[in-house]
Amino acid sequence: MSAKRVVITGMGTVNPLGHSVDATWEALLTGKSGVSKTEIFDAATYPTTFSAQVRDFDLSDHVDDAEKHRHAGRHCTFAIAAAVQAWKQSGLGQHDKLDLERLGIYLGSGEGSLDFDNFISLIVDAWNEDDTLNAPEWGRLGFERMDMYREIEQESHMVVAHLAAEFGARGPAFNVLTACAASTQALGEAVCMIRRGEADAIISGGAHSMIHPLGVMGFNRLTALSVRNDDFETASRPFDATRDGFVLGEGASILVLEDYDKVVERGAKEHILAEVLGYGSSADAFRITDQDPLGDGAAASMRAALIDAEMKPEQIDYISAHGTGTKQNDQVETLAMKQVFGDNAAVPISSAKSMLGHLIAAAGATELITCIKAMQDQILPPTAHLNAPDPDCDLDYIPNEPRKAPVHTCMSNSMGFGGQNNTLIITAGKS
Amino acid sequence: MPDRSAVITGLGVASAAGTGIEEFWATLEAGSKRLTTNAAFDPAGFPCRAAGQIENLSARKIVPKSYRKATKVMARDIEVAVVAADLAFKDASIQTKADGEMSIEAGRLGCNIGAGLICCELDELGQAAKTSVTDGKFDMRIWGESGMNNLTPLWLLKYLPNMLSCHVTIIHGAEGPSNCITCGATSGILSVAEAARWIARDAADAAVAGGAEAKLTPLGVLRQSLLGRLCTDSNDNPESACRPFDATHSGTVMGEGGGLLIVEDSRRAKDRGARVYAEIAGFGAACDPNGINVTEPNCGSLDIAVRKAIADAGVSVDDIDLIVAQGTGVAGEDRCEAAAWEKVFADRTPDIPAMAITGTTGTMFAGQSGVTMVAGALAVERQTAPPTANFTSPDEGCRLSLSGEARKCEIDYAVVGAFSVGGQSAACVLKRCEE
Repeated sequence: MSAKRVVITGMGTVNPLGHSVDATWEALLTGKSGVSKTEIFDAATYPTTFSAQVRDFDLSDHVDDAEKHRHAGRHCTFAIAAAVQAWKQSGLGQHDKLDLERLGIYLGSGEGSLDFDNFISLIVDAWNEDDTLNAPEWGRLGFERMDMYREIEQESHMVVAHLAAEFGARGPAFNVLTACAASTQALGEAVCMIRRGEADAIISGGAHSMIHPLGVMGFNRLTALSVRNDDFETASRPFDATRDGFVLGEGASILVLEDYDKVVERGAKEHILAEVLGYGSSADAFRITDQDPLGDGAAASMRAALIDAEMKPEQIDYISAHGTGTKQNDQVETLAMKQVFGDNAAVPISSAKSMLGHLIAAAGATELITCIKAMQDQILPPTAHLNAPDPDCDLDYIPNEPRKAPVHTCMSNSMGFGGQNNTLIITAGKS
Repeated sequence: MPDRSAVITGLGVASAAGTGIEEFWATLEAGSKRLTTNAAFDPAGFPCRAAGQIENLSARKIVPKSYRKATKVMARDIEVAVVAADLAFKDASIQTKADGEMSIEAGRLGCNIGAGLICCELDELGQAAKTSVTDGKFDMRIWGESGMNNLTPLWLLKYLPNMLSCHVTIIHGAEGPSNCITCGATSGILSVAEAARWIARDAADAAVAGGAEAKLTPLGVLRQSLLGRLCTDSNDNPESACRPFDATHSGTVMGEGGGLLIVEDSRRAKDRGARVYAEIAGFGAACDPNGINVTEPNCGSLDIAVRKAIADAGVSVDDIDLIVAQGTGVAGEDRCEAAAWEKVFADRTPDIPAMAITGTTGTMFAGQSGVTMVAGALAVERQTAPPTANFTSPDEGCRLSLSGEARKCEIDYAVVGAFSVGGQSAACVLKRCEE
C-alpha cells in the first residue's frame, strides 16, 4: 500500500503586511514594505532601530472568545488568529464526524517575549555592590513582581496548548524550534505523520516574535541585522549587492493539513488548496556561527525533498527562497540551488522576506502560503529592493515586479541558524 | 514496502542519578537518594531549595580539542546534551566525526534533541545591565547605545534551543535529518519516536535522539515556584523532597538531566552485531484542550497516548509488563497520571510493575522523558524494575504497582509515558530483543 496523500485545506496568517492571506498577497504583489520604526520597545539607540511589526492587531477581531486566551503571549495571539482563518477555510468546523483524537497540532513556534522591563529591573535591584547577583533578593523580589502566566506562556509549546483549546484537539501535539526553519520543519514532519495514518488532520505552521530588547540585541550583537536606519523601508534586500543583513519581523501562519482520503470522504474536495508532495531535512553539521560555505547542507535538504516527491528538478516551477538578505545566506543559498538545479538554473526564485521581513520560526509557513497563492493566481511574487546585481547571486530572483507564469509545483526552502535546513514541495493539483 | 524497524543500540545519560548508564543504573537499582540542596545558586529566597544536580558536568573535557573553544558559548542545557550524546555514541560503538573516521554515512545520521526555554545567565546579563543604570533605574537608551556591547557577540547562540542539536551534529558529523522538539517533558519521547519514523521511512539509518534541559537558574526556578509546582516542605531533607505517587507527595523538585538514545535501523544493527537494548515498537501522542489552564492538574490525555502506543506496537494492554511513569510528585498531577494509567490498564493496573525515577532525579522538563526512556530501555534489557525512591505508601486512589525495592521480572513489553505542563502527552512501547 502506498502512503497516504496529504493536502492543504486551509491557511491563515497574521504578519507585518496584513492580518489575512488576501491582504498579505495583495501587498506582496504591489511590492509593499512591512518595515517601520520599532515601536514595540524603545530601540532608538540600538544599532537597528526598525523592524517588521504586526500592527493594529486585536485578537477579538478574529475569535469569538478572546477571554479564553487572555494569558496568551504576543506571538500566540497571532497564531490563534491565523489558525481560526485556516480552520474556517478548511470547513472542518462543520464536519460532524471529526475524530478529535485524530486531530493533531504540529507547530514551529518560538518562545514568548520576555517580560523585559520587570526582568531587567529585578537584576538591577538585586545587584550586589561587589558586582554579583544577590540571588536570594532576586528570588524574593521576583516572587512579588513577576506574573505567573506571563512567565509560563513563554514556553514555546504553550501555543500548541492554545490551539488545542480553541479547536478541542486531542491528537498528537508537537512543537519544534529549529530557529528560522521551524515552521517548514513542523509542516514537513506533520505531513509524514498523516502519511503514516497517525492523524486525519493536523493544524500546523508557526508563530514567533523576537522584536523585544533581548531579541534585537542578540541579533545586533551577531551583526546579522540590517542597520540601514536611514532607509529602513528598503532595508531588506535579498540577493542584492548592497544587502547588509536581515530585517527582523514577527507573525504567525497556520495551515490545515489533511489526509486526502478523509477530505474526499467528508465531501470537501473543493476545500483543497494544494497537495504536499515532498519534504526534506538536513544538517550542515559545519559551524554554529556560519553556514556550510558550499551550500552542501541546503542542497541535501532540497535533494531529499525531490526524492521524497519522486520529482526531477526540472519539474519545479518556482522556488520560494529562504533569502534573508544577509551577505552569507544569499550567496550560500544560491550555490546550493545551483548544485541542485544546475549552474544556469532557469527556475524563477524570489524572497518574500524582502517585504515581510524575517518572521524567524514563522517564516517558512508564511512563505509556503505565498506559494499556494502563486499557484492559484499563476503569478510569482517578486523580490523587492533588488536593484544592484551581485556576481555571487546570478540566478533569476524575479526582481521588483511580479511575473505571470505557469506555476503548478513550488519548492519552499528554510535554513535555520545553526545549520538545520528544511524543504517542502507542493503542487496545486486537485485530481 | 514494510516499514524498517528501529532499535535502541546506545544510551547516554547525565542526571542527578549519575552520568553514564552504569552509575545511573546502579543508583536507580539501589534506590539511592540524590536530591540535594540547590548549589547552582543561593536558593535562600526561593520557596523550594531542593534540586537534582549533575555532578562534574563538563562538555569541555569530552569534546575534540578543536571544539573546546565552542564550549564557551554553551548554556548548561547544551553541555548536558553534548555530554549525553558523546556517551550514547560510545555506548553504541558508532564512530563519528569526533573519533576521526565515521563508521556511518554522515548524511544517513540524524539528530533529534528535545530542548526547553533556556534561561540566560543573570550574572552575565547583570554585568552588562549595571553599565546602563541612571538614578537606580535601568536606562534603555544607554543600553542600546553601549551597555549591550558588554555582552559577547555570540550571546544569543548560547540560548537558542536548537543549539543542543546543532552542536551535536557538528561534533559528530550528523548531516541527516535534524530537529529540535520543544514540547516540555514529552519532548524526549516525541524526539525518539520521530527519529524512529525517519528510520522507518528510510530518511536515515541511525539517529541520536532524546532530550536535555537544565532549568536550575533563578529565573527557571522562579517560574516553577510561581506555578506552585515545587515541594516547599522538605528544605531540611532535600533528598526526600520529591515523592512521586506517595501519600505524602507535596510537589516536585527541579532536576537537570539529559537522556539521549541511539536509534538505529534493526537490520543495520544486526549486521554490525550491535548490542540491542530494546526495539521501539510503538508510539502515541495526544493532548488535552484544557491544558491552557496551567494551574489545574492536567496530564495531557495520557491515556489516549498510551492506548495509541500499544495499538501501534500491535499488542494489547495484556502484553505490557512494565509501566514507566513520569510521577512529578505534584499531588494533582500524580493523581491525574495514575488515573490515566488506570483508564488504560483497568483491573490489571496493580499487577503490572511500575516505576518512576523522579524521586532520584527530580523533574527534568525537556530532559525528563529522554532520561526515562534510558531508564526504560535499561529495565527491559536487564529485566528489572528499579525501585521508586521516596515511595513508601501509595497515595489514595493510586493503584500503580510501585515499590521501594528493585524487582526482577520478565519484561517483554514496557510502556514509557510523559506529559507536559500545557497538556501534551506521549508514550512509547519498548519491546525486549532476545540475545
